[in-house]
Amino acid sequence: MMLDEIRSRLQADIPGCQVELVVNGSPSAQNSLLIDRQHGLAAARLLREGLQMDFCSNVTAVDWPDREQKDKVKTKQIVDGVEKEIEQTIKTTVPGYLEVVYHLFSMANKDGPVVIRMRTANRTGDVALPSLTPVWRSAEFQEREAFDLYGIVFDGHPDLRRILMWEGFTDHPMRKDYVPPPDDDLEILRER
Amino acid sequence: MTQVAVPGAEQDNIMEISMGPQHPSTHGVFRMDVRLDGERVLRLKPVFGYLHRNHEKIAEAASYLAAIPYTDRLDYLCSMTNNWGYALAVEKLAGIAVPERAEYIRVIVSELTRLQNHAGMVGFLLQDMGASGTPLMYAFRERERVLDLFESLSGARMMCNYMRFGGVRVDCSAEWLSEAAKLVAGFDGFLDEFEQLLTGNEILMARTQGVGLLPRELAINAGITGPGLRASGVNYDLRKVDRYGVYERFQFRVPLGEHGDVFDRYMMRVLEMRESLRILEQALRDIPSGPIMDPKARLRGLRPKVGEAYARIESPKGELGFYLISDGSPNPYRYRVRPPSLINLTVLEDMCLGQNIADVVVILGSIDIVMGEVDR
Repeated sequence: MMLDEIRSRLQADIPGCQVELVVNGSPSAQNSLLIDRQHGLAAARLLREGLQMDFCSNVTAVDWPDREQKDKVKTKQIVDGVEKEIEQTIKTTVPGYLEVVYHLFSMANKDGPVVIRMRTANRTGDVALPSLTPVWRSAEFQEREAFDLYGIVFDGHPDLRRILMWEGFTDHPMRKDYVPPPDDDLEILRER
Repeated sequence: MTQVAVPGAEQDNIMEISMGPQHPSTHGVFRMDVRLDGERVLRLKPVFGYLHRNHEKIAEAASYLAAIPYTDRLDYLCSMTNNWGYALAVEKLAGIAVPERAEYIRVIVSELTRLQNHAGMVGFLLQDMGASGTPLMYAFRERERVLDLFESLSGARMMCNYMRFGGVRVDCSAEWLSEAAKLVAGFDGFLDEFEQLLTGNEILMARTQGVGLLPRELAINAGITGPGLRASGVNYDLRKVDRYGVYERFQFRVPLGEHGDVFDRYMMRVLEMRESLRILEQALRDIPSGPIMDPKARLRGLRPKVGEAYARIESPKGELGFYLISDGSPNPYRYRVRPPSLINLTVLEDMCLGQNIADVVVILGSIDIVMGEVDR
């Protein structure tokens, strides 16, 4: 099934659902659908029940930190009475976010992948996303892993605990700005 | 100790046991928090992370080529299939073609990997049931022959580091192919002997039939893949569904179970070994001559265009997937392994509830996990 069809189906059946096509420039040509987080759970239910996406294979997170974007803008100014074109560089900070990616397949129709993504509002305060574990059990451990390593809070997850790092560990090591402790501190961390 | 009201059971019988992380049945460092009523399992929570080394972070700091030896260490029994999954993802991401001979060699080494993994798994399963030594020794005798072949091909028995994106690292000689053909010709005899001793064995049947049932709908919903899924009767084998590599050229069947119990999962392994032998016979007969690497493939300093790719293969444990995001730099921006062993454990509690504690060991053995892949 084409992503455009899925997109229009999601928009038609779920009122207010915002779906954006994310184009993938690599030769794999696996495009994806960016779904707004308020309607993520409803969209997942529709994908599973209405569109036979019965198998959620891969769930993972990606960290996109704040980045600086440089735009070159040409403006016309009058310098010493002569009109000149001057190039200016404008720096803007694009706010970062955390993203989860789900790779869905259909065992019934033997097709896929349909890739869906959801994004948090930012990387620090508002990091909640709806859990899709109630729709696909296969997301249970993988969402726990995204919580553990990236710090995404999945609302509605039945058992959201750390899975790979130890209890009492406070950081999220897969984030791009994670600074690992020096080796000799590791033992102290474990003892705490 | 917490008290749980269980109808008809003495409160004193409720026990909480921490099985592992050094329990011999877990084949690695894996722990299960089990709550028991006498011998019956009331709750079971798996605990992971003892072997966690953040494989993904290491690979994100390394070049595309440098990640290949790390993939060997995921499922350390099946380094060849791990290499293939990763190579396939990079090939999709960067649009690299693979020569035909290399595709055949990949099929041959991967099916040999499946043989030795399943043989080892069946041996360990019987070991866990109390058949100490003999079945495992028989299985390991055959596994040893496969590892000898890997050693003469790649220089290493287990950490093969053999495949590259765009092909394979070294070519195999005509002698190597004839040695492989000899092994394949003799393997059916081993399976016959093994099955004669075990498949109809009364103790094995009593311990495995009707134990650890996994219903079809739950198996699909929980993302179970590989022989565990097919034992529950779902016809989903990526070698048939995705037809990656040159698998569409070979005639083979996909064995399916009926009940989804431990016995079916045991039989899946035995039958899949037989089908792997059929694939191997055809691949060894038809392998063409030619180059083994795409001449245009750049191993060092590969910088794929900005984009992402997800590739998956049918590893002996299930669906092994790799998800890569490139930002145009020489190392992957995001590198993710979809570990079949971890996701197949999702239903461990469902399969164990109401069973005896001794069956937990057998059920866990029938899932076939490797901690190197679960914890990454």
